[in-house]
Amino acid sequence: MPFIPHSETDVREMLATIGSDSIEELFDEIPDSLRTGKLSGVPEGMIEQEITRLMMQRAEADGRPLCFMGAGAYDHHIPAAVWEITTRGEFYSAYTPYQAEASQGTLQLIYEYQTMMAQLTGLDVSNASLYDGASGLAEAVLMAVRANRKSKSRRILIPTTVHPYYRQTTHTIVNNQKIELVEVPYCPEGGNTLAEALKQYEGEDIAALVIQQPNFFGILEDVDILTDWAHAQGALVIGVANPIAMALLKPPGAWGVKGADIACGEGQPLGVPMMGGGPYFGFMCCKQEFVRQMPGRIVGRTVDRDDVVGYTLTLQAREQHIRRSKATSNICTNQGLLVTAATIHMSLLGAEGLKRVAQACHANARKLVDALTASEYVEPVFKRPYFHETALRFSLPLDNVMRPLNAHNILPGYALQQDYPELADTLLVCATETRTDADIEMYADHLGRIIKTQTAAGCPVKPKMA
Amino acid sequence: MSNIPVELKYAKTHEWARTNDDGSVTVGISDTAQDQLGDMVFIEVPEVGATVTAEEACAVVESVKAASDVYAPVGGKIVEVNEGLADSPETVNNDAYGEGWIFRIEPSDAGELGALMDADGYTGFLAAEDH
Repeated sequence: MPFIPHSETDVREMLATIGSDSIEELFDEIPDSLRTGKLSGVPEGMIEQEITRLMMQRAEADGRPLCFMGAGAYDHHIPAAVWEITTRGEFYSAYTPYQAEASQGTLQLIYEYQTMMAQLTGLDVSNASLYDGASGLAEAVLMAVRANRKSKSRRILIPTTVHPYYRQTTHTIVNNQKIELVEVPYCPEGGNTLAEALKQYEGEDIAALVIQQPNFFGILEDVDILTDWAHAQGALVIGVANPIAMALLKPPGAWGVKGADIACGEGQPLGVPMMGGGPYFGFMCCKQEFVRQMPGRIVGRTVDRDDVVGYTLTLQAREQHIRRSKATSNICTNQGLLVTAATIHMSLLGAEGLKRVAQACHANARKLVDALTASEYVEPVFKRPYFHETALRFSLPLDNVMRPLNAHNILPGYALQQDYPELADTLLVCATETRTDADIEMYADHLGRIIKTQTAAGCPVKPKMA
Repeated sequence: MSNIPVELKYAKTHEWARTNDDGSVTVGISDTAQDQLGDMVFIEVPEVGATVTAEEACAVVESVKAASDVYAPVGGKIVEVNEGLADSPETVNNDAYGEGWIFRIEPSDAGELGALMDADGYTGFLAAEDH
């Protein structure tokens, strides 16, 4: 569908038709006091040559470090075909198609995406995507409060093993909606959420329990026990899942006896490159019985009057253009282009390919942990199974290790102390299928030398790179 | 001409209310309302045991054209809901005043029924709304 903006002539003709002199005049009724006036801090426009140069300089400043950092965004291989196909003109629109008669290709693609996500999460239905994993959790919390009609409390149990940014985003979005987020501490030995930590809420009115699998520390939670505990309390279960891990682990829909009720998460690992802050996309799936409480768009398959299969937006009575202020969400858009990439990515990999990616991630993460903990100054923090990242504690100041590693163009991991003050000198390290044995060896070698320099007896001299 | 039974009471939001022998009040949407909304695809009924106040939204009727709230014509406790509507929402279209009832309330103050319109009042109200 071509998009051609109005020409000067078009604009003049339209203004003449309604008897107006300028576009500015159309905004006359907005009082001066409410207008921002001239925008300050916005620089003058640049010519293409200048902007190209600026962007190249910025890109070079970022460098191309060897990445052992995960913490929510993951460095996976993306087959070249994914973005070659995604950026074709037919797909190159980020917006959900309203007009079924003009958008069958895009609608079918979203339908296929929904089918794949429902299979991956083991749930009945998927929406057409949300903005990102963090806002996806906020939407899931709002949805759970609507869907759990037995609960009146608007209280949500959210373990501190859930991604700290997701918790912050959720707090920002639901804070003024009289929803209470109750944080549940993690087990310091295992890095997971214990059923014992939930015991004090037994018998209380809880709308939902959030479980992240694998959790922010990369650790696997006892999803069955936690899910069954929540359901016994009349609470719904929101599973925050890593889609790659789902190819290997039990999907949310199969947790416990009844399965999680809602699954959401970050879709970036499925074909979206690591970009500074996005755009990424969030996914959301749920059981059939809650579909009318699901936010976002849903594409359905149907037949037209000639019995030919066709695709169209469905269940729109949930959405803002029909339900107005009672809509399930005012987020009724999606991340169409990124979903296109994810759908093509999953199609190219297939179920088997996705599983092999997950296995390779896990194997590499184990190699990484073995290589780094070979040093007597580095040890794992948590004694529980992990997927493709886990926390390592250093018995020397972490800053003194990270700075030289950065200087060697290695992103060594994510320092956990910024979100967990009790986890000083602790690094969350990650290895995906893209990290080779040589990469891991390079990290371990550099680390070994740095530690040796810093701990050499009688040698208080700081390493050169620091 | 719409079907407006004389024995029922009506709210401005197009619900009807029937007082039963036991004092409870059965509620549905009027024939005019179902006709305007079109083919029903989903009816969300309230929870049995829930307490509602008069004019509180407590059910949703969703048609192929729109979704609309159903308001409690009187305050009280929901004592029964029409479970059959889950599988056959079209009953609201086919028999709005009979099998298409939505919920039954035990009113906390039967006096609130006095605020509703009778059939003549509702007929006049519809005529005025048309203009």
